[in-house]
Amino acid sequence: MDEIRLQLLKEVAGLHDIPEGAYNIRENGQSIGRQSTEEIEIVPMEDGSGLNIYVKPGTKKKSLHIPVIISQSGLSEVVYNNFHIGADCDVTIIAGCGIHNGGSADSRHDGIHSFYIGENSRVKYVEKHYGMGDGNGERIMNPETNVEMAKNSYMEMETVQIKGVDSTIRKTHAKLEEGAKIVITERLMTHGKQTAESYFDVTLDGEDSGANLISRAVAKENSYQKFVSRIIGNTACNGHSECDAIIMDHAKIEAVPELTANSTEAALIHEAAIGKIAGEQITKLMTLGLTEAEAEEKIVEGFLR
Amino acid sequence: MLELRNISFDVDENSKTKGILKNINLKLEDNKFVVVTGPNGGGKSTLAKIIAGIEKPSGGQIFWNGEDITEMSVTDRAKAGISYAFQQPVRFKGITVFDLIQLATGKHINVEKACEYLSEVGLCAKDYIRREVNASLSGGELKRIEIATVMARNTAMTIFDEPEAGIDLWSFQNLIHVFEKLHQQNHGSIMIISHQERILNIADQIVMIADGQLRDMGTREEMLPKIFGQIDRPVACECKYYENH
Repeated sequence: MDEIRLQLLKEVAGLHDIPEGAYNIRENGQSIGRQSTEEIEIVPMEDGSGLNIYVKPGTKKKSLHIPVIISQSGLSEVVYNNFHIGADCDVTIIAGCGIHNGGSADSRHDGIHSFYIGENSRVKYVEKHYGMGDGNGERIMNPETNVEMAKNSYMEMETVQIKGVDSTIRKTHAKLEEGAKIVITERLMTHGKQTAESYFDVTLDGEDSGANLISRAVAKENSYQKFVSRIIGNTACNGHSECDAIIMDHAKIEAVPELTANSTEAALIHEAAIGKIAGEQITKLMTLGLTEAEAEEKIVEGFLR
Repeated sequence: MLELRNISFDVDENSKTKGILKNINLKLEDNKFVVVTGPNGGGKSTLAKIIAGIEKPSGGQIFWNGEDITEMSVTDRAKAGISYAFQQPVRFKGITVFDLIQLATGKHINVEKACEYLSEVGLCAKDYIRREVNASLSGGELKRIEIATVMARNTAMTIFDEPEAGIDLWSFQNLIHVFEKLHQQNHGSIMIISHQERILNIADQIVMIADGQLRDMGTREEMLPKIFGQIDRPVACECKYYENH
Protein backbone atom coordinates (compact mmCIF):
# COMPACT_ATOMS: atom_id res chain seq x y z
CA MET A 1 0.00 0.00 0.00
CA ASP A 2 1.31 3.49 -0.72
CA GLU A 3 1.96 6.01 2.04
CA ILE A 4 -1.09 8.23 1.46
CA ARG A 5 -3.41 5.28 1.42
CA LEU A 6 -1.86 3.89 4.59
CA GLN A 7 -2.16 7.15 6.44
CA LEU A 8 -5.76 7.73 5.40
CA LEU A 9 -6.74 4.20 6.44
CA LYS A 10 -5.00 4.63 9.77
CA GLU A 11 -6.73 7.94 10.47
CA VAL A 12 -10.26 6.95 9.52
CA ALA A 13 -10.39 3.30 10.49
CA GLY A 14 -7.42 2.73 12.77
CA LEU A 15 -6.17 0.19 10.24
CA HIS A 16 -2.53 -0.69 9.77
CA ASP A 17 -3.20 -3.62 7.52
CA ILE A 18 -6.06 -5.55 5.95
CA PRO A 19 -8.64 -5.91 8.73
CA GLU A 20 -9.88 -9.16 10.17
CA GLY A 21 -13.45 -10.14 9.47
CA ALA A 22 -15.70 -8.52 6.92
CA TYR A 23 -14.50 -5.44 5.09
CA ASN A 24 -14.77 -3.34 2.00
CA ILE A 25 -12.18 -0.71 1.15
CA ARG A 26 -13.27 1.83 -1.40
CA GLU A 27 -10.63 3.96 -3.06
CA ASN A 28 -11.27 6.63 -5.67
CA GLY A 29 -14.72 5.31 -6.48
CA GLN A 30 -13.84 1.62 -6.67
CA SER A 31 -13.61 -1.30 -4.30
CA ILE A 32 -9.97 -2.31 -3.89
CA GLY A 33 -10.63 -5.09 -1.43
CA ARG A 34 -13.67 -6.86 -0.11
CA GLN A 35 -14.35 -9.83 2.11
CA SER A 36 -17.62 -11.25 3.31
CA THR A 37 -17.79 -13.71 6.15
CA GLU A 38 -20.24 -16.42 7.07
CA GLU A 39 -22.20 -13.96 9.21
CA ILE A 40 -21.69 -10.69 7.36
CA GLU A 41 -22.38 -10.60 3.66
CA ILE A 42 -21.35 -7.62 1.55
CA VAL A 43 -23.19 -7.34 -1.76
CA PRO A 44 -22.20 -4.50 -4.09
CA MET A 45 -24.94 -2.66 -5.90
CA GLU A 46 -24.85 -3.37 -9.60
CA ASP A 47 -24.25 0.21 -10.64
CA GLY A 48 -21.32 0.50 -8.24
CA SER A 49 -23.05 3.17 -6.18
CA GLY A 50 -22.75 1.35 -2.89
CA LEU A 51 -23.23 -1.78 -0.84
CA ASN A 52 -25.97 -3.85 0.67
CA ILE A 53 -24.71 -5.41 3.84
CA TYR A 54 -26.54 -8.27 5.53
CA VAL A 55 -25.73 -9.30 9.07
CA LYS A 56 -27.24 -12.68 9.98
CA PRO A 57 -29.50 -12.84 13.03
CA GLY A 58 -27.61 -13.86 16.15
CA THR A 59 -24.21 -12.59 14.95
CA LYS A 60 -22.20 -11.70 18.06
CA LYS A 61 -18.95 -9.86 18.64
CA LYS A 62 -18.12 -9.37 14.97
CA SER A 63 -16.81 -6.31 13.20
CA LEU A 64 -17.16 -4.75 9.79
CA HIS A 65 -14.79 -2.18 8.31
CA ILE A 66 -15.90 -0.07 5.36
CA PRO A 67 -13.43 2.80 4.97
CA VAL A 68 -13.52 5.12 1.99
CA ILE A 69 -10.46 6.96 0.77
CA ILE A 70 -10.08 9.50 -1.98
CA SER A 71 -6.66 10.58 -3.17
CA GLN A 72 -7.64 11.67 -6.67
CA SER A 73 -8.23 15.42 -6.78
CA GLY A 74 -11.57 16.43 -8.28
CA LEU A 75 -13.37 13.17 -7.56
CA SER A 76 -16.96 13.61 -6.48
CA GLU A 77 -19.12 10.67 -5.45
CA VAL A 78 -22.34 9.72 -3.74
CA VAL A 79 -22.30 6.32 -2.08
CA TYR A 80 -25.28 4.43 -0.66
CA ASN A 81 -24.64 1.76 1.93
CA ASN A 82 -27.53 -0.18 3.44
CA PHE A 83 -26.98 -2.18 6.61
CA HIS A 84 -29.52 -4.89 7.31
CA ILE A 85 -28.82 -6.07 10.84
CA GLY A 86 -30.79 -9.16 11.89
CA ALA A 87 -32.25 -9.76 15.32
CA ASP A 88 -30.12 -10.49 18.42
CA CYS A 89 -26.84 -9.26 16.95
CA ASP A 90 -23.91 -7.48 18.58
CA VAL A 91 -21.67 -5.91 15.96
CA THR A 92 -19.22 -3.05 15.52
CA ILE A 93 -19.12 -1.15 12.25
CA ILE A 94 -16.19 1.10 11.47
CA ALA A 95 -16.85 3.47 8.62
CA GLY A 96 -15.07 6.68 7.79
CA CYS A 97 -13.73 8.71 4.97
CA GLY A 98 -10.32 10.16 4.32
CA ILE A 99 -9.58 12.57 1.54
CA HIS A 100 -6.12 13.55 0.36
CA ASN A 101 -6.45 16.42 -2.02
CA GLY A 102 -3.19 17.60 -3.50
CA GLY A 103 -4.81 19.23 -6.53
CA SER A 104 -6.85 22.29 -7.29
CA ALA A 105 -10.24 20.67 -7.93
CA ASP A 106 -12.67 19.91 -5.09
CA SER A 107 -12.91 16.32 -3.85
CA ARG A 108 -16.22 15.29 -2.42
CA HIS A 109 -17.70 12.23 -0.76
CA ASP A 110 -21.35 12.01 0.23
CA GLY A 111 -21.96 8.80 2.12
CA ILE A 112 -25.57 7.88 2.72
CA HIS A 113 -25.86 5.11 5.26
CA SER A 114 -29.13 3.43 6.15
CA PHE A 115 -29.37 1.10 9.10
CA TYR A 116 -32.20 -1.35 9.70
CA ILE A 117 -31.52 -2.74 13.14
CA GLY A 118 -33.39 -5.88 14.19
CA GLU A 119 -34.98 -6.61 17.55
CA ASN A 120 -32.66 -6.83 20.56
CA SER A 121 -29.59 -6.08 18.45
CA ARG A 122 -26.70 -3.89 19.54
CA VAL A 123 -24.72 -1.90 17.02
CA LYS A 124 -21.70 0.27 17.58
CA TYR A 125 -21.08 2.53 14.62
CA VAL A 126 -17.90 4.62 14.39
CA GLU A 127 -17.39 7.16 11.65
CA LYS A 128 -14.27 9.27 11.32
CA HIS A 129 -13.59 11.98 8.82
CA TYR A 130 -10.15 13.18 7.95
CA GLY A 131 -8.68 15.40 5.28
CA MET A 132 -5.11 16.07 4.23
CA GLY A 133 -3.14 17.34 1.26
CA ASP A 134 -1.92 20.79 0.41
CA GLY A 135 -3.83 21.46 -2.81
CA ASN A 136 -6.24 24.36 -3.22
CA GLY A 137 -9.13 22.01 -3.91
CA GLU A 138 -11.58 21.67 -1.07
CA ARG A 139 -12.21 18.45 0.80
CA ILE A 140 -15.95 18.07 1.20
CA MET A 141 -17.92 15.37 3.04
CA ASN A 142 -21.66 15.27 3.48
CA PRO A 143 -22.64 12.17 5.41
CA GLU A 144 -26.22 11.17 5.91
CA THR A 145 -27.21 8.48 8.37
CA ASN A 146 -30.71 7.04 8.55
CA VAL A 147 -31.48 4.63 11.35
CA GLU A 148 -34.56 2.50 11.93
CA MET A 149 -34.46 0.70 15.22
CA ALA A 150 -36.70 -2.25 16.07
CA LYS A 151 -37.93 -3.20 19.53
CA ASN A 152 -35.31 -3.17 22.29
CA SER A 153 -32.42 -2.53 19.92
CA TYR A 154 -29.48 -0.35 20.89
CA MET A 155 -27.17 1.80 18.81
CA GLU A 156 -24.10 3.71 19.81
CA MET A 157 -22.95 6.08 17.09
CA GLU A 158 -19.66 7.90 17.38
CA THR A 159 -18.65 10.47 14.81
CA VAL A 160 -15.34 12.29 14.77
CA GLN A 161 -14.11 15.05 12.49
CA ILE A 162 -11.03 16.70 13.86
CA LYS A 163 -8.91 17.79 10.98
CA GLY A 164 -8.74 18.81 7.39
CA VAL A 165 -12.34 18.73 6.17
CA ASP A 166 -13.28 22.04 4.55
CA SER A 167 -17.00 21.67 4.37
CA THR A 168 -19.46 19.27 5.97
CA ILE A 169 -23.19 18.99 6.17
CA ARG A 170 -24.09 16.04 8.33
CA LYS A 171 -27.64 14.75 8.62
CA THR A 172 -28.73 12.05 11.01
CA HIS A 173 -32.26 10.72 11.21
CA ALA A 174 -33.41 8.04 13.60
CA LYS A 175 -36.75 6.39 14.36
CA LEU A 176 -37.04 4.27 17.44
CA GLU A 177 -39.54 1.59 18.34
CA GLU A 178 -40.49 0.27 21.77
CA GLY A 179 -37.58 0.04 24.20
CA ALA A 180 -34.97 1.07 21.61
CA LYS A 181 -32.11 3.33 22.67
CA ILE A 182 -29.69 5.43 20.68
CA VAL A 183 -26.60 7.25 21.94
CA ILE A 184 -24.90 9.60 19.50
CA THR A 185 -21.59 11.25 20.31
CA GLU A 186 -20.22 13.81 17.93
CA ARG A 187 -16.78 15.40 18.19
CA LEU A 188 -15.94 18.16 15.84
CA MET A 189 -13.16 20.66 15.38
CA THR A 190 -13.06 23.26 12.65
CA HIS A 191 -10.36 25.77 11.82
CA GLY A 192 -9.36 28.12 9.01
CA LYS A 193 -12.41 28.87 6.90
CA GLN A 194 -14.02 25.48 7.41
CA THR A 195 -17.75 25.12 7.83
CA ALA A 196 -19.59 22.27 9.50
CA GLU A 197 -23.30 21.85 9.97
CA SER A 198 -24.83 18.97 11.85
CA TYR A 199 -28.53 18.16 11.91
CA PHE A 200 -29.98 15.50 14.16
CA ASP A 201 -33.56 14.45 13.89
CA VAL A 202 -34.67 11.70 16.26
CA THR A 203 -38.23 10.46 16.54
CA LEU A 204 -39.13 8.45 19.61
CA ASP A 205 -42.15 6.44 18.51
CA GLY A 206 -42.06 3.46 20.85
CA GLU A 207 -42.80 3.38 24.55
CA ASP A 208 -39.74 3.54 26.74
CA SER A 209 -37.52 4.45 23.80
CA GLY A 210 -34.64 6.82 24.50
CA ALA A 211 -32.13 9.07 22.78
CA ASN A 212 -29.01 10.79 24.04
CA LEU A 213 -27.23 13.19 21.66
CA ILE A 214 -23.92 14.57 22.81
CA SER A 215 -21.93 17.05 20.81
CA ARG A 216 -18.51 18.39 21.76
CA ALA A 217 -17.23 20.98 19.35
CA VAL A 218 -14.35 23.40 19.00
CA ALA A 219 -14.40 26.18 16.41
CA LYS A 220 -11.13 28.02 15.80
CA GLU A 221 -9.98 30.89 13.60
CA ASN A 222 -12.65 31.91 11.05
CA SER A 223 -14.57 28.66 10.98
CA TYR A 224 -18.33 28.24 11.31
CA GLN A 225 -20.42 25.53 12.95
CA LYS A 226 -24.09 24.90 13.27
CA PHE A 227 -25.62 22.24 15.46
CA VAL A 228 -29.33 21.53 15.19
CA SER A 229 -30.81 18.83 17.37
CA ARG A 230 -34.42 17.92 17.04
CA ILE A 231 -36.03 15.30 19.25
CA ILE A 232 -39.68 14.36 18.86
CA GLY A 233 -41.30 12.35 21.63
CA ASN A 234 -44.56 10.69 20.60
CA THR A 235 -45.08 8.54 23.67
CA ALA A 236 -43.56 7.72 27.07
CA CYS A 237 -39.89 8.19 26.23
CA ASN A 238 -36.68 9.92 27.27
CA GLY A 239 -34.75 12.33 25.09
CA HIS A 240 -31.67 14.30 25.99
CA SER A 241 -29.37 16.38 23.88
CA GLU A 242 -26.38 18.44 24.83
CA CYS A 243 -24.19 20.69 22.78
CA ASP A 244 -21.02 21.84 24.45
CA ALA A 245 -18.82 24.10 22.36
CA ILE A 246 -15.60 26.03 22.73
CA ILE A 247 -15.35 29.09 20.55
CA MET A 248 -11.99 30.67 19.72
CA ASP A 249 -10.56 33.50 17.63
CA HIS A 250 -13.14 34.78 15.09
CA ALA A 251 -15.21 31.64 14.82
CA LYS A 252 -18.98 31.49 14.87
CA ILE A 253 -21.15 28.77 16.39
CA GLU A 254 -24.89 28.31 16.32
CA ALA A 255 -26.69 25.79 18.50
CA VAL A 256 -30.35 25.25 17.75
CA PRO A 257 -32.23 23.00 20.12
CA GLU A 258 -35.63 21.77 19.16
CA LEU A 259 -37.85 19.56 21.30
CA THR A 260 -41.34 18.42 20.44
CA ALA A 261 -43.43 16.45 22.91
CA ASN A 262 -46.60 14.91 21.53
CA SER A 263 -47.34 13.05 24.76
CA THR A 264 -47.54 14.09 28.40
CA GLU A 265 -45.26 11.12 29.15
CA ALA A 266 -42.43 12.32 26.94
CA ALA A 267 -39.46 13.61 28.99
CA LEU A 268 -37.20 15.74 26.82
CA ILE A 269 -34.19 17.81 27.87
CA HIS A 270 -31.84 20.00 25.95
CA GLU A 271 -28.62 21.59 27.18
CA ALA A 272 -26.43 23.89 25.14
CA ALA A 273 -23.36 25.84 26.17
CA ILE A 274 -21.03 27.86 24.00
CA GLY A 275 -18.11 29.74 25.46
CA LYS A 276 -14.45 30.46 25.21
CA ILE A 277 -11.90 28.48 27.22
CA ALA A 278 -12.15 29.54 30.85
CA GLY A 279 -9.24 31.83 31.71
CA GLU A 280 -8.63 30.02 34.98
CA GLN A 281 -8.13 26.72 33.13
CA ILE A 282 -5.34 28.30 31.09
CA THR A 283 -3.87 29.88 34.24
CA LYS A 284 -3.88 26.56 36.09
CA LEU A 285 -1.96 24.82 33.32
CA MET A 286 0.45 27.76 33.09
CA THR A 287 1.23 27.33 36.80
CA LEU A 288 2.31 23.81 35.84
CA GLY A 289 4.80 25.27 33.36
CA LEU A 290 2.83 25.19 30.10
CA THR A 291 2.78 28.22 27.83
CA GLU A 292 -0.56 29.81 27.05
CA ALA A 293 -0.64 28.15 23.61
CA GLU A 294 0.30 24.74 25.05
CA ALA A 295 -2.38 25.12 27.72
CA GLU A 296 -5.05 25.90 25.10
CA GLU A 297 -3.98 22.91 23.06
CA LYS A 298 -4.22 20.57 26.07
CA ILE A 299 -7.64 21.90 27.04
CA VAL A 300 -8.99 21.44 23.50
CA GLU A 301 -7.41 17.98 23.24
CA GLY A 302 -9.05 16.89 26.49
CA PHE A 303 -12.38 18.43 25.56
CA LEU A 304 -12.53 16.52 22.28
CA ARG A 305 -11.26 13.24 23.66
CA MET B 1 15.18 33.20 48.33
CA LEU B 2 12.03 35.14 47.51
CA GLU B 3 11.99 38.84 48.19
CA LEU B 4 9.10 41.27 47.84
CA ARG B 5 10.04 44.94 47.71
CA ASN B 6 7.36 47.59 48.22
CA ILE B 7 4.66 45.48 46.63
CA SER B 8 1.34 47.22 46.23
CA PHE B 9 -1.82 46.21 44.44
CA ASP B 10 -4.68 48.58 43.67
CA VAL B 11 -8.11 47.99 42.21
CA ASP B 12 -10.75 50.39 40.91
CA GLU B 13 -13.88 50.28 42.97
CA ASN B 14 -16.73 52.70 42.15
CA SER B 15 -14.21 54.82 40.23
CA LYS B 16 -12.04 55.11 43.33
CA THR B 17 -8.68 53.44 43.75
CA LYS B 18 -8.61 50.94 46.56
CA GLY B 19 -5.38 49.55 47.91
CA ILE B 20 -5.54 45.78 48.38
CA LEU B 21 -1.85 45.54 49.23
CA LYS B 22 0.23 48.45 50.50
CA ASN B 23 4.03 48.49 50.39
CA ILE B 24 4.67 44.92 51.38
CA ASN B 25 8.32 44.15 52.11
CA LEU B 26 9.05 40.53 52.81
CA LYS B 27 11.95 38.11 52.56
CA LEU B 28 11.32 34.38 52.51
CA GLU B 29 14.46 32.39 53.19
CA ASP B 30 15.11 29.07 51.49
CA ASN B 31 13.87 25.89 53.06
CA LYS B 32 11.50 27.66 55.40
CA PHE B 33 7.95 26.79 56.27
CA VAL B 34 6.07 30.07 56.33
CA VAL B 35 2.41 30.57 57.17
CA VAL B 36 0.70 33.79 56.13
CA THR B 37 -2.31 34.51 58.28
CA GLY B 38 -4.68 37.36 59.03
CA PRO B 39 -8.33 38.34 58.60
CA ASN B 40 -10.31 37.52 55.47
CA GLY B 41 -10.12 40.26 52.86
CA GLY B 42 -6.75 41.37 54.18
CA GLY B 43 -4.90 40.71 50.89
CA LYS B 44 -3.28 37.33 51.57
CA SER B 45 -4.60 35.55 48.47
CA THR B 46 -3.69 38.53 46.30
CA LEU B 47 -0.15 38.32 47.62
CA ALA B 48 0.05 34.62 46.70
CA LYS B 49 -1.25 35.36 43.19
CA ILE B 50 1.30 38.13 42.76
CA ILE B 51 4.12 35.75 43.67
CA ALA B 52 2.78 33.15 41.20
CA GLY B 53 2.45 35.82 38.52
CA ILE B 54 -1.32 35.50 38.16
CA GLU B 55 -1.79 39.11 39.26
CA LYS B 56 0.59 41.92 38.33
CA PRO B 57 1.46 44.27 41.18
CA SER B 58 0.60 47.96 40.78
CA GLY B 59 3.99 48.81 42.25
CA GLY B 60 7.10 47.20 43.66
CA GLN B 61 9.38 44.38 42.65
CA ILE B 62 9.68 40.64 43.19
CA PHE B 63 13.05 38.92 43.30
CA TRP B 64 13.55 35.17 43.07
CA ASN B 65 17.06 34.00 43.89
CA GLY B 66 18.32 37.48 43.14
CA GLU B 67 16.57 37.79 39.76
CA ASP B 68 13.87 40.40 39.22
CA ILE B 69 10.82 38.36 38.16
CA THR B 70 8.26 41.18 38.39
CA GLU B 71 7.57 41.07 34.65
CA MET B 72 7.95 37.31 34.29
CA SER B 73 4.96 35.27 33.04
CA VAL B 74 3.16 32.61 35.08
CA THR B 75 4.74 29.95 32.84
CA ASP B 76 8.29 31.20 33.31
CA ARG B 77 7.86 31.49 37.07
CA ALA B 78 6.54 27.93 37.14
CA LYS B 79 9.60 26.83 35.17
CA ALA B 80 11.85 28.80 37.54
CA GLY B 81 10.57 26.70 40.43
CA ILE B 82 7.49 28.42 41.87
CA SER B 83 4.39 26.30 42.38
CA TYR B 84 0.96 27.54 43.33
CA ALA B 85 -2.01 25.55 44.61
CA PHE B 86 -5.33 27.23 43.92
CA GLN B 87 -7.73 27.98 46.75
CA GLN B 88 -10.56 26.94 44.46
CA PRO B 89 -9.24 24.24 42.15
CA VAL B 90 -10.12 24.52 38.49
CA ARG B 91 -12.35 21.96 36.76
CA PHE B 92 -11.70 20.65 33.25
CA LYS B 93 -13.81 18.67 30.83
CA GLY B 94 -11.92 15.70 29.44
CA ILE B 95 -8.62 16.21 31.27
CA THR B 96 -8.01 13.36 33.70
CA VAL B 97 -6.35 13.30 37.09
CA PHE B 98 -3.49 11.38 35.46
CA ASP B 99 -3.13 14.05 32.75
CA LEU B 100 -2.83 16.81 35.35
CA ILE B 101 -0.29 14.96 37.45
CA GLN B 102 1.74 14.11 34.35
CA LEU B 103 1.68 17.73 33.19
CA ALA B 104 2.76 18.78 36.68
CA THR B 105 5.80 16.52 36.65
CA GLY B 106 6.75 17.88 33.22
CA LYS B 107 7.69 14.42 31.95
CA HIS B 108 6.20 11.10 30.96
CA ILE B 109 5.43 9.11 34.05
CA ASN B 110 3.69 5.80 34.49
CA VAL B 111 0.38 5.33 36.25
CA GLU B 112 2.10 3.76 39.24
CA LYS B 113 4.14 6.91 39.86
CA ALA B 114 1.09 9.15 39.50
CA CYS B 115 -0.78 6.95 41.95
CA GLU B 116 1.90 7.54 44.57
CA TYR B 117 1.06 11.25 44.62
CA LEU B 118 -2.63 10.52 44.97
CA SER B 119 -2.03 8.10 47.82
CA GLU B 120 -0.05 10.83 49.59
CA VAL B 121 -3.17 12.99 49.72
CA GLY B 122 -5.29 10.10 50.93
CA LEU B 123 -7.11 9.27 47.71
CA CYS B 124 -7.45 5.66 46.67
CA ALA B 125 -5.46 6.01 43.48
CA LYS B 126 -7.11 3.40 41.29
CA ASP B 127 -10.52 5.01 41.80
CA TYR B 128 -9.30 8.42 40.73
CA ILE B 129 -6.43 8.21 38.30
CA ARG B 130 -8.58 7.90 35.16
CA ARG B 131 -11.34 10.24 36.28
CA GLU B 132 -11.89 13.56 34.65
CA VAL B 133 -11.12 16.62 36.75
CA ASN B 134 -14.69 17.80 36.26
CA ALA B 135 -17.81 18.64 38.22
CA SER B 136 -18.31 14.98 39.19
CA LEU B 137 -15.57 15.38 41.81
CA SER B 138 -16.45 16.94 45.15
CA GLY B 139 -14.78 20.11 46.41
CA GLY B 140 -12.71 18.08 48.89
CA GLU B 141 -11.58 15.60 46.24
CA LEU B 142 -10.55 18.41 43.89
CA LYS B 143 -8.65 20.09 46.67
CA ARG B 144 -6.64 16.97 47.39
CA ILE B 145 -5.92 16.45 43.69
CA GLU B 146 -4.76 20.07 43.53
CA ILE B 147 -2.33 19.42 46.37
CA ALA B 148 -1.12 16.24 44.63
CA THR B 149 -0.35 18.20 41.45
CA VAL B 150 1.84 20.74 43.20
CA MET B 151 3.59 17.98 45.14
CA ALA B 152 4.33 16.26 41.84
CA ARG B 153 6.10 19.44 40.67
CA ASN B 154 8.58 19.18 43.53
CA THR B 155 9.83 22.76 43.18
CA ALA B 156 11.96 25.06 45.33
CA MET B 157 8.94 27.14 46.34
CA THR B 158 5.37 25.99 46.83
CA ILE B 159 2.50 28.28 47.73
CA PHE B 160 -0.78 26.89 49.07
CA ASP B 161 -3.76 29.22 49.27
CA GLU B 162 -5.94 28.00 52.14
CA PRO B 163 -5.31 24.31 51.56
CA GLU B 164 -7.58 23.36 54.46
CA ALA B 165 -10.69 24.93 52.91
CA GLY B 166 -13.05 22.14 51.87
CA ILE B 167 -10.89 19.40 53.36
CA ASP B 168 -12.65 17.13 55.81
CA LEU B 169 -11.39 16.37 59.28
CA TRP B 170 -9.94 12.96 58.47
CA SER B 171 -7.82 14.24 55.63
CA PHE B 172 -6.86 17.32 57.59
CA GLN B 173 -4.63 15.07 59.70
CA ASN B 174 -3.02 13.81 56.51
CA LEU B 175 -2.67 17.30 55.17
CA ILE B 176 -0.42 18.28 58.07
CA HIS B 177 1.61 15.14 57.41
CA VAL B 178 1.80 16.00 53.68
CA PHE B 179 3.22 19.45 54.42
CA GLU B 180 5.77 18.11 56.86
CA LYS B 181 6.88 15.46 54.41
CA LEU B 182 7.04 17.92 51.51
CA HIS B 183 9.15 20.22 53.64
CA GLN B 184 11.56 17.47 54.67
CA GLN B 185 11.85 15.85 51.26
CA ASN B 186 12.27 18.57 48.69
CA HIS B 187 14.18 21.00 50.88
CA GLY B 188 12.20 23.81 49.34
CA SER B 189 10.25 26.65 50.84
CA ILE B 190 6.60 26.29 51.59
CA MET B 191 4.30 29.24 51.98
CA ILE B 192 0.81 28.47 53.23
CA ILE B 193 -2.03 30.90 53.57
CA SER B 194 -4.08 29.62 56.44
CA HIS B 195 -6.18 30.40 59.46
CA GLN B 196 -5.72 26.95 60.88
CA GLU B 197 -4.15 26.67 64.29
CA ARG B 198 -2.65 23.27 63.53
CA ILE B 199 -0.97 24.64 60.41
CA LEU B 200 0.31 27.67 62.34
CA ASN B 201 1.71 25.20 64.86
CA ILE B 202 4.09 23.64 62.33
CA ALA B 203 5.33 26.93 60.82
CA ASP B 204 8.94 28.12 61.09
CA GLN B 205 7.79 31.65 60.45
CA ILE B 206 4.41 33.36 60.69
CA VAL B 207 3.51 36.46 58.72
CA MET B 208 0.45 38.50 59.70
CA ILE B 209 -1.24 40.47 56.95
CA ALA B 210 -4.25 42.68 57.65
CA ASP B 211 -5.85 45.50 55.73
CA GLY B 212 -3.29 45.13 52.94
CA GLN B 213 -0.33 45.65 55.22
CA LEU B 214 2.31 43.45 56.72
CA ARG B 215 1.42 43.86 60.38
CA ASP B 216 3.90 41.57 61.97
CA MET B 217 6.18 38.65 61.35
CA GLY B 218 8.43 36.38 63.33
CA THR B 219 9.08 32.84 64.46
CA ARG B 220 6.23 30.62 65.54
CA GLU B 221 7.30 31.04 69.18
CA GLU B 222 7.19 34.80 68.87
CA MET B 223 3.99 35.04 66.87
CA LEU B 224 1.59 32.49 68.35
CA PRO B 225 1.18 34.26 71.72
CA LYS B 226 0.62 37.56 69.88
CA ILE B 227 -2.00 36.10 67.56
CA PHE B 228 -3.92 34.43 70.31
CA GLY B 229 -3.53 37.42 72.59
CA GLN B 230 -4.69 39.89 69.96
CA ILE B 231 -8.09 38.50 69.14
CA ASP B 232 -10.08 35.94 71.01
CA ARG B 233 -9.15 32.80 69.09
CA PRO B 234 -9.28 34.13 65.53
CA VAL B 235 -8.41 30.71 64.28
CA ALA B 236 -11.60 29.02 65.34
CA CYS B 237 -13.97 31.66 64.00
CA GLU B 238 -12.40 31.66 60.57
CA CYS B 239 -11.81 27.96 60.25
CA LYS B 240 -13.38 26.65 57.08
CA TYR B 241 -12.69 22.99 57.29
CA TYR B 242 -16.24 22.05 58.17
CA GLU B 243 -17.50 23.45 54.87
CA ASN B 244 -18.24 20.12 53.32
CA HIS B 245 -20.02 18.69 56.30
